[in-house]
Amino acid sequence: MNLHEYQAKHLFENYGMPVPQNRVVSSAGDVHAAIDSLGGDRWVIKAQVHAGGRGKAGGVKLVDSIDDASHHVGEMLGTRLVTYQTDADGQPINRVLIEETCNIASELYLGAVVDRATRRVVIMASTEGGVEIEKVAAESPEKILRTTLDPMLGLMPFQCRKLAFGLGLQDDQVKQFTKLLSGLAKLFIDKDLSLVEINPLVVTREGDLICLDGKINVDDNALYRQPDLMEMRDASQEDERENRAKEWDLNYIALDGSIGCMVNGAGLAMATMDLIKLHGGDPANFLDVGGGATRERVAEAFKIILSDSNVKTVLVNIFGGIVRCDLIAEGIIGAIEEVGVKVPIVVRLEGNNAERGSQLLEDSGLNIIAAHGLTEAAQKAVAAAEGK
Amino acid sequence: MSVLINAETKVICQGFTGKQGTFHSEQAIAYGTKMVGGVTPGKGGQIHLELPVFNTVKEAVTNTAATASVIYVPAAFCKDSILEAVDAGIELIVCITEGIPTLDMLEAKIAVDNAGARLIGPNCPGIITPDECKIGIMPGVIHQAGKVGVVSRSGTLTYEAVKQTSDLGFGQTTCIGIGGDPIPGTNFIDCLQLFEEDPETEAILMVGEIGGTAEEEAAEFIQTNVSKPVTAFIAGGTAPKGKRMGHAGAIISGGKGTAEEKFTALEKAGVTTVRSPADLGKGVADATGWK
Repeated sequence: MNLHEYQAKHLFENYGMPVPQNRVVSSAGDVHAAIDSLGGDRWVIKAQVHAGGRGKAGGVKLVDSIDDASHHVGEMLGTRLVTYQTDADGQPINRVLIEETCNIASELYLGAVVDRATRRVVIMASTEGGVEIEKVAAESPEKILRTTLDPMLGLMPFQCRKLAFGLGLQDDQVKQFTKLLSGLAKLFIDKDLSLVEINPLVVTREGDLICLDGKINVDDNALYRQPDLMEMRDASQEDERENRAKEWDLNYIALDGSIGCMVNGAGLAMATMDLIKLHGGDPANFLDVGGGATRERVAEAFKIILSDSNVKTVLVNIFGGIVRCDLIAEGIIGAIEEVGVKVPIVVRLEGNNAERGSQLLEDSGLNIIAAHGLTEAAQKAVAAAEGK
Repeated sequence: MSVLINAETKVICQGFTGKQGTFHSEQAIAYGTKMVGGVTPGKGGQIHLELPVFNTVKEAVTNTAATASVIYVPAAFCKDSILEAVDAGIELIVCITEGIPTLDMLEAKIAVDNAGARLIGPNCPGIITPDECKIGIMPGVIHQAGKVGVVSRSGTLTYEAVKQTSDLGFGQTTCIGIGGDPIPGTNFIDCLQLFEEDPETEAILMVGEIGGTAEEEAAEFIQTNVSKPVTAFIAGGTAPKGKRMGHAGAIISGGKGTAEEKFTALEKAGVTTVRSPADLGKGVADATGWK
């Protein structure tokens, strides 16, 4: 789960990490009061969406009057922001962050992420702030300093100092950085995060450190024990169909092809998409129906897949495993009857009692094309999608 | 021969009397696995599936001399269960459960490594040595004792790999599902090493997927350490960037972890790759010259 910048900054504050004074508004009418309480004569207006690249897309504005601020906030709210990280529809702007400005002397990068290769939380810092860290990693990896966070010990002050000196920080900045990074490490562990990024972490002309931006990803698997983060969820930033699928414990990801896919198991579901592509078709979605391919779940999966009007056919690929294929076939037939599926359905069943399952499908009198083997299933689905 | 488990392996089940534990223990027993008991706190002293139930793993180990444990407890309790198994001296811990918090796994993995134990999973189908021992949720019937070592990050896609090698008559020595999580207890390299050292394993079939760099690391390892023919498939060539494809670990992030990068790394290491999941068995035939 992703958090908004304003939510990330709120968490930063709670962990003693300095952020600019800010207010969040959800209507242009609130801008006046927000700016009055902030004071100052210059502010930054930032659209709150779950996507990077906001600046270039017009989602960040510098203003120096309340009128200007109200104008920009009014223009942003209720629209959708399209950035290089979003799809063509963009993400809805329902909130805007108004922030005091600061005098930037230099921009650093600070981040923490679960590193799969070393099986540790790795903290990364760089003097190359303000740009994409992936780019720095690719072009000048020596400019990224790293240290490892032991989940049991936490982060030691010496590790923070090492990075601080490596970044060229001096005097009181080293102390500030140590406090900030210790807070970040504690936040990461306390809140079950999978990624934190502060890009940029600014050194002001007055010599202070301040977190100018904030990005947080939370480990979905740990949300059950993070009720306060759960409340920060913003479903408007997520795909509606994907959310509906989640309610049924189905894993659905929309794609832009014409062949709907219903598969049991995430790996086989990905492989089925690859297979369709290999045979000249385009998958309309990823969908893992999970272990218990019951009639109810299959019916719900059909509804979700068919809510995409591009879908010309659906390929059902089930490896029966321990559940008998004839039972799965009955579930599929029941679901197709219940949902009233109009498009041709190609079904490939494998595993326990697969023959009987295929026979049931063929005898059902429905628009079901039984396929034997993976390749045949893909070929038949591609042909069906082309109307052959 | 086989790796990690065989007909003599004594297995207990944590979460034994629960729905999943009961169903899959029944299946394991029917397959011939030497199940010797189970653990459900508070139900110690009872008999379940004609086997003794214990309150703690320690008690179970003391009374049954089990060396392996399979865990079917809900995700929130898995760290505790893994650590209890480690504490009781279990050598092989197989965790099937999906959805364990990543930080729990980071800590559990450290404890497992410090104790010199081995953890398979989580979020995996388990491990099976055909005709000898089945620990996990895979359908026993598709397996056939033979000469291919199978290692995979996926569940049902592993079954495809298994079925295709069975259909061609090659069979399997041992099949290990390492699971789809970002922090697996056992990785490709661990399994490649085991298969390389196992005299009965004549070829290796590995099934990877997008996300992380485990396949690239495996490729590097294969180049210098594996003499046996290796065949590989990577799922997710058509997966979009930044989207988690069902498995917690299957995500292309920051442009890294694509199927193409993995295929390329494996091919460079001399691995026979197949681009279709229908060609897993054929790939093994091509790599080995078997008919």
